[in-house]
Amino acid sequence: MTALFALELSYWQETVLKVVGVLAAVLIPAGAFVQLFLFKMVSHLQSRLGPMEAGPHGSLQAIAEVGKFIQKEDIIPERADRFVFKLAPYVVVMTVLLVYLVIPFGPDMYFANLDAGVFYALAVSSVSVIGVLIAGWASANKYSLMGAIRAAGQLIAYELPLVLAVVGVVIQAGTMNLQGIVAIQAQGEIFGWGAIGNPFILTQFVGLFIFMVAIQAELTQTPFDMPIAESELITGYMTEYSGLRFLLFFIAEFAAVGAFGALAATLWLGGWYLPGLDFDANYMNVVGPIILFAKIMLVAFVVFWVRFTYPRLREDQLQAFAWKFLIPLSLINIVATGVLKVVF
Amino acid sequence: MTVTEHERAFITSTLSESRINLEIESDGMTLNLGPQHPATHGTLRIIVKLDGEQIVACEPTMGYMHRGYEKLCEFRTFPQVTTLVNRIDWLSHFANEVPFILAAEQLMGVEAPPRAQYIRTVFFEMARLGNITLFLGEMGLQLGAMTALFYAFRDREHVLNLLEAVTGGRFHPNFDRIGGLKDDLPKGWIDETKAVMKKIRGFCDQMETLVMGNEIFQTRTRGIGVIPKDVALGYGLSGANARASGVDLDLRRDNPDIAMAWKHADFKVWTHPDGDSFARYWVRLQEVRESTHIIDQLLDGIPAGPIMAKVPRIIKVPAGEAYVQTENPLGWMGYYVVSKGDLGPFRVKIRTASFNNVSVLPWVAKGLYVPDIVTVLASLYFILGDIDR
Repeated sequence: MTALFALELSYWQETVLKVVGVLAAVLIPAGAFVQLFLFKMVSHLQSRLGPMEAGPHGSLQAIAEVGKFIQKEDIIPERADRFVFKLAPYVVVMTVLLVYLVIPFGPDMYFANLDAGVFYALAVSSVSVIGVLIAGWASANKYSLMGAIRAAGQLIAYELPLVLAVVGVVIQAGTMNLQGIVAIQAQGEIFGWGAIGNPFILTQFVGLFIFMVAIQAELTQTPFDMPIAESELITGYMTEYSGLRFLLFFIAEFAAVGAFGALAATLWLGGWYLPGLDFDANYMNVVGPIILFAKIMLVAFVVFWVRFTYPRLREDQLQAFAWKFLIPLSLINIVATGVLKVVF
Repeated sequence: MTVTEHERAFITSTLSESRINLEIESDGMTLNLGPQHPATHGTLRIIVKLDGEQIVACEPTMGYMHRGYEKLCEFRTFPQVTTLVNRIDWLSHFANEVPFILAAEQLMGVEAPPRAQYIRTVFFEMARLGNITLFLGEMGLQLGAMTALFYAFRDREHVLNLLEAVTGGRFHPNFDRIGGLKDDLPKGWIDETKAVMKKIRGFCDQMETLVMGNEIFQTRTRGIGVIPKDVALGYGLSGANARASGVDLDLRRDNPDIAMAWKHADFKVWTHPDGDSFARYWVRLQEVRESTHIIDQLLDGIPAGPIMAKVPRIIKVPAGEAYVQTENPLGWMGYYVVSKGDLGPFRVKIRTASFNNVSVLPWVAKGLYVPDIVTVLASLYFILGDIDR
C-alpha cells in the first residue's frame, strides 16, 4: 500500500492507513449490499418499492438504519453471561476483518501478502463460529442456543466442501498466494490463446459451484439459514441482541458476504485484473479495487438472488446434502484436477 | 401473600414444565413456541418438549386471544352481530357473516332472493380467495421463501379492491343482511371481477412453479405431518385439511339445502390421498383455482331481481333454534343460534374450523423436528381469532 503513494511512511502512519483501508474495504461492500441488494433489489424482486423516503429513491436508507441502531437501547438479558455476551459480536466482526487482510486489490494494493494466503483466509473465516456459539450460549435463551448449535454444526459441515473446492484452484495454480493466483489467471493461456488469460471459472466451474453453495451455508443465507430461521427460532443466536451489538452482527453478516465474494472473485474470476489491462501498471492500484468490487457485487448478487428465492432446508437435510453430495463431488473435482494437471 | 410478576412468571413456567413431565418421564428441553412467535402468526402458545431437536410431546395452549364473542353476541341485536363475527376469522370476513345470517333467516322463515344468493356466494368465494391466496404465500414464508408472500399480498389486493368497490370495506365488509344484501353490484363490476379472476389464476400458476415446484419445498413438506384419513375424521378436521387426507367432504356440494348459489355452479372438490403438508398446500392451491371458476360461472348466470326480501324494519326473530354451517375458507364454520323472540339472540354457539384443526397437533407433531412443526402449523393453516373467538 505504501508503494502506491511512493512515500516513505513511518510504522504508525502505515498502520493507521491500513486500519482505515480495512474498514473501508469491509464497510463499503457491506453497505452497498444492504442498500442495493437487501433494500432495493429484493424489493423489486418482490414487486414492491422498498425504502423510498430517505434520500433520492431511498438511497440513504442504510445510513438511516445505522443511526437507528445506534440510538437503540442496548439490552442485556438478566441471566446472560454479561462479559461473553458483550464479547461475541466483536469476535464475529473481527474474523471478517481478518479475512480481508490477504485479499489483493491491485499489484501493490494489499494489506499482507502471505504465501499461504488461501489457507489463512479459510482458516480465519471459520473462527466466526466461535463468536456465534458463545453468542448463543451467553444469551441464556433456548432459541439462541438452538440457533448457535445449528450454526456450529452447519459451519463445520460446510467448511469441508469449502476447503476442498478451493484445493482444485490451488492445485491448478500451484500456489496458495492469492496475489500469485491472480497473476496466474491473468497470464494464463487457453491452448496457447492468451487474450483473456485463463480465469479458473473456465476450468474449475465445479469448484466454483461447490464454493458458492458452501458460502451460502457459511453465510447462513437461505436456503441454509437454519441458524437464524426467523419463522422457527426468531433470529437464532441474534435473538437477544439489540442496538449496536445487533448492528455489529448485521455488519459482520454482510461484510462476510463481501469477504467470501472477494475470495470467489480472486480465486475464480481473475481477482482485480481484467483482460486487456496492463498487469503491472501503477494505475491498476486504483482501477484494480474497482474491478474487484464489481466482481464482488456480481458474486453477492447471486448469493442474494438465491437467498430471496429459495425456501430453507431442514438441518438434517442440510447435513445430508453436504456429506452425501457436496463433499464427494468436490473430491471427484480434486481427482480430476490432479489428473488433468499431470496430463497437460 | 403478594406474588410479584416475576415470581408469577416463574411459577407458570414451572407448572407448564411439570405438566408435560408428568406425561413422559424424561429430561429434555421444554420450549415455549409462543405466545409470541412468528410461526404462530398470532398468540398461540405451543409447549414443546424436546429431545435434541426432536419433539417428544407438544401441547397447544389456546385462549390468549379469547374475546368472548359468543357472550358478546347475546348483547347485540341480530343485525349488529354481523359486525362482530366479521372479526372471528379476520381473513374470511364475509364468509363469517353468512352462516349466522342464514341461521337467522331460517328462524324467521325468510329466504334471500336469488340475485342476493348469487352475490352472497360470489363474495363468499372472494373471501376464500383473499384468505387462501395469503396462505399460499405464507406457507412459503414459513419455510423461508420470503418472496412468495409478497406476491400473495400483491394479487390479494385486487380481490380486496373488488370487495371495497361494492361494500366500502376491505377487511370487514359487514354487507350481509337478514333477508338479502345491503346494496347491489356497481356498474362494470362483473367485467372487472372476471379480469381479476384471470390474475388470480395466473398467481396460482406462479405459486405452482415458484413454491410448489421447488425441490426444497417438496423435501420440506412431503411426508411431513401425515394425518391419515381416520385420524382426520376422529379429530374433526374439516375443510382443506380433511380433504388433503382423502376425506371427500365439502359442504358447498354436500349441503345444497342452504340458500346459497353453489348448487348452480359446476365445480370439482379436490382431495389428495397423502395427508401430508404438501397435500394440504396442493389441495388449497386447487381450491383457489376452483373458486375462481365458481365466481366466473356465477357471474355469468347471475339473475336480475331484487336483492332484499321483505323483512320488517325492526327485526325480531321468533323463538326457536337453528344450526347452519358452511364450508368456510378454513373449514366448517357453524352457528347454533337460540332465540327467545327478542331483538337479539339468547345464545350463540360458534363452531370454528381452526379449533379442531389445531387440536390434531399433539398427535401429528410427535417425533417431528422443530422446523417441521413450523411446516405442519403453516400447512394446517389456522387463524388465531378463529381458534379463540
